[in-house]
Amino acid sequence: MKAIVTVIGKDRVGITAAVCSLLAQHNINILDITQTVLQEYFTMVMLVDTSACAQSIGDMSDILDQAGKEQGLSIRIQREDIFNAMHRI
Amino acid sequence: MLNQHEIMQTIQMIDQQHLDVRTITMGISLLSCAHSDVKVACDKVYDKITRYAEHLVATGEAIEKEFGIPIVNKRISVTPIALVAAAAETDNYTPFAQTLDRAAKTCGVNFIGGFSALVQKGMTKADRILINSIPEALSTTDIVCASVNVGSTKAGIDMDAVALMGRTIKDLAGRTADKGGFGCAKLVVFCNAVEDNPFMAGAFHGVGEPEKVINVGVSGPGVVYHALQAVKGQPFDVVAETVKKTAFRITRMGQLVAQEASRRLDTPFGIVDLSLAPTPAVGDSVARILEEMGLEVCGTHGTTAALALLNDAVKKGGVMASSSVGGLSGAFIPVSEDEGMIAAASAGALTLDKLEAMTCVCSVGLDMIAVPGDTSAETISAIIADEAAIGMVNSKTTAVRLIPAPGCKVGDMVEFGGLLGSAPVQPVHPYSSADFVARGGRIPAPMQSLKN
Repeated sequence: MKAIVTVIGKDRVGITAAVCSLLAQHNINILDITQTVLQEYFTMVMLVDTSACAQSIGDMSDILDQAGKEQGLSIRIQREDIFNAMHRI
Repeated sequence: MLNQHEIMQTIQMIDQQHLDVRTITMGISLLSCAHSDVKVACDKVYDKITRYAEHLVATGEAIEKEFGIPIVNKRISVTPIALVAAAAETDNYTPFAQTLDRAAKTCGVNFIGGFSALVQKGMTKADRILINSIPEALSTTDIVCASVNVGSTKAGIDMDAVALMGRTIKDLAGRTADKGGFGCAKLVVFCNAVEDNPFMAGAFHGVGEPEKVINVGVSGPGVVYHALQAVKGQPFDVVAETVKKTAFRITRMGQLVAQEASRRLDTPFGIVDLSLAPTPAVGDSVARILEEMGLEVCGTHGTTAALALLNDAVKKGGVMASSSVGGLSGAFIPVSEDEGMIAAASAGALTLDKLEAMTCVCSVGLDMIAVPGDTSAETISAIIADEAAIGMVNSKTTAVRLIPAPGCKVGDMVEFGGLLGSAPVQPVHPYSSADFVARGGRIPAPMQSLKN
């Protein structure tokens, strides 16, 4: 299943590395990735494939949320459908 | 492929603009639960609700997490209890309300609606018992909501029921005086009530509905408000287009959630209700949208026109986004549940008369308005009659949810807490309508042609 991972927070060294290794630990494959830094704010959007991941998206959402809190970031995973529904006819 | 801008736009709507699915409501038919023995009937009601809605809350929470979209309420609506209880040999339906309360708490839902009667053309014995039971039923339960439909475009207005509802509201307010008459926040008097409304307090599962059904109510005044901030000073054509596009997005999200809930609960999808439902949170107000269109304060001249545009554009945008639209579908203007309305009413800019005019062009009616505790039952009945007349003549749903706050006078603030917010006590006209209400009988159904 495809999902969107978004990471928002104050920019510092190693955010991308930390998030990518966390996703790798759970067998989540990154299909596409974009990131920008605007006024010291780091924003990263990733399209990922969760088919090989043992956890459900609901559980992954908790894991990422927890990891984000520890690093002062907002990290979330959401099913791609919600964005497609809102932005594509 | 989605671009970053689109994704961040959705995230911002959820994080900063209060975008949410306001409610997933499961409608359950209780017609099969009728029985002459009250206890047997109540047991059947409890079993059926807890069986059908067993996974409702867990499913709602799972969808919430996977899509990352808040689902604020999970609710149940049931067949009007006056129909279910009609076979029961009793003169008090309070045990049914208490059963609903217990079943809803077992399921973990926020509210259960359907302690209702449809009396637009007259009252059966059961309807009368139900209405007489409302004060006790709502003051001895926590999350049961009641509604009574007193009029319709096809049947006219049952003025005997209108008179009875005025007294019922007063009685209920008195019984819940320690909480500012809070019981009245759970009671709606309708004209042209709809059978598939997912919003409380007026939700019930109509007899034309299937065995069980999933209805979803979306929200998003904050998102519309934010979108309009980007088109400051531009003509109304642009305003309408902006609202339509925003409503489309919000509704698509609601449709997705509704279909997912329907599939997981193995329950047919009913409708998406396209309503702008405000909350007392700052930035989630319908009044502020109207003010963003250029009004200094909600309630001043121009408010009705602004609301008409908003209500229409929300429907036009939403209709294309959902396979089935229903319920109340429009902008709600509950005073206590809307930060901007509270401010406008407190400042004296938004009066009961202006609110009545606004209900001609929006969904649903005089909603969550606190009036002085010494307001007479007849005056409340007359307010209900006025509002029902607007609904009857304009072929639309109207409703009255007034709280005559015991011991409170104009200018006081009544606190309800949570999503129900707080309401400034607003003045009513001091002149009597007692002789008008005392007449009783029926106001005939209106002409449907020669419209002027």
